[in-house]
Amino acid sequence: MTSAHSDLAWLLAGLGLVLVLASAIGFVLERRLSPEGGNAVIENLNARIKAWWVMIALMAVALLAGKTGVTLLFGLCSFAALREFVTLTDTRRGDHWALVVAFFLITPLQYWLVWTGWYGLWSIFIPVYGFLLMPILAAVLGDTERYLVRVAEVQWALMVCVFCISHVPALLWLEIPGYAGRNVLLIAFLVVVVQGSDVMQYVWGKLLGRHRIAPRLSPSKTWEGFLGGALSAMLIGAGLSWLTPFTALQAAGMSLVIVLMGFFGGLVMSAIKRDRKVKDWGHLIAGHGGFIDRLDSVIFSAPIFYHLTRYWWT
Amino acid sequence: MPGPAGGMRRAAAGAMRAAIVLLAHAITAVRGIFQGIAPEPVQRVYFANHASHGDFVLIWTVLPPRLRQVTRPVAGADYWLASRLRRFIGRELFDAVLIDRNPATRSADPVTEMALALDAGASLIVFPEGTRNMTEAPLLPFKSGLYHLAKARPGVDLVPVWIDNLNRVMPKGGIIPIPLICTVTFGAPLHLEPEEPKQAFVDRAQAALLALSPKHGETA
Repeated sequence: MTSAHSDLAWLLAGLGLVLVLASAIGFVLERRLSPEGGNAVIENLNARIKAWWVMIALMAVALLAGKTGVTLLFGLCSFAALREFVTLTDTRRGDHWALVVAFFLITPLQYWLVWTGWYGLWSIFIPVYGFLLMPILAAVLGDTERYLVRVAEVQWALMVCVFCISHVPALLWLEIPGYAGRNVLLIAFLVVVVQGSDVMQYVWGKLLGRHRIAPRLSPSKTWEGFLGGALSAMLIGAGLSWLTPFTALQAAGMSLVIVLMGFFGGLVMSAIKRDRKVKDWGHLIAGHGGFIDRLDSVIFSAPIFYHLTRYWWT
Repeated sequence: MPGPAGGMRRAAAGAMRAAIVLLAHAITAVRGIFQGIAPEPVQRVYFANHASHGDFVLIWTVLPPRLRQVTRPVAGADYWLASRLRRFIGRELFDAVLIDRNPATRSADPVTEMALALDAGASLIVFPEGTRNMTEAPLLPFKSGLYHLAKARPGVDLVPVWIDNLNRVMPKGGIIPIPLICTVTFGAPLHLEPEEPKQAFVDRAQAALLALSPKHGETA
């Protein structure tokens, strides 16, 4: 067991403890407030906590399995997210081949490129090659009905669901002096801060939330929730600096960036949901909705976190 | 003929059915929405919109295994007997009730065939549009088979089932399916009213099915 593994084990044990505590609180709340399952908030809370057990277990397996495991896990997340995204777009018969290419060629290739560590190609593969190839395919197939809208939707789907998410496993290939063999902790840090911020925003919002930030976009986002969540996540981040190449202050700063990007990511993805008149992206993660509902903040924070770390620490 | 070879074929068909259900889940993450009925072991005729060859697989996938075992699709014999592979899929894999859609050549009456299958205890999946819908319209006008079946077996629940999005997963001419999320919505059961005229019943069945479509609110 390397020191990275033992640090990871400590972190997972801590998360396990938090979940045990959360499950206990959920159990007590259910007994007292919703014995017959009548309180929707409590039921949803408990469904979310249960789903967290599964998500953390999967994450733990992937992180312990190393580069291949993490790449596979996030590749599958991209696949599920892309499926949710494309479901909400208005594709036509003429998009069939473009979508086949997006799902079965571009997505696996992107993750394969990440896996080979070829930064020069994976970091431009979708924004350059995908960007140019997709409209060509759609044009060659000849359906010009709502052409620009359809092309733009597929571009967005690939950028959001595949390109952005693929920055998470890519963290494993950053060469940070004095940090060799510990990169897996960088992912753990990112994921814990992002999801911790989401959870703490939810908790603070439910406890104190009064003033809505964007009532038209998201009824559940409040100033109290946001500020409480952001401060909590920065504290969590600073407290986890021992996992990272950052000092405590740097870790807090990184956490702030992660939290801000994550927050706005949630807002952007909510805008798309409102536009499409749906409440959730999917139904596969009980209590949370779809993969994009859970990943929206990761999608927007991962690329920025990756590049800040790459620029200043490698 | 239940010999050793027949047993092997049945086991192979069973394994393939399980694989097909797994594949349907992987591609469409399909979710059954039991709005008007519960997924209970009651004999039913499910009537659904038809836009893709995968339609009945999807209905089948969302049914609990015990219901799946007794639910047989009704399909056109002209198509499903046309080659050895299709015969295997139609007969062995899905145990379809194959009916002759051409009144001029057929020897057996389709409604009688379906009624016999019901009498033997099966539930049925039928597509009253008669053929795959390749148009932009949400539904093609229903054929009258559903009415005649309702008349022949008035006690059976006729359950409308809306399959959403599968036509986008596998459009006509496509070979590779696109992964998209599909839903299968089951509505409240219908019965033929005493003295109800044919057209009134067909219209009612059609409206009940269309009402389950998520896009119905936007287009209507």
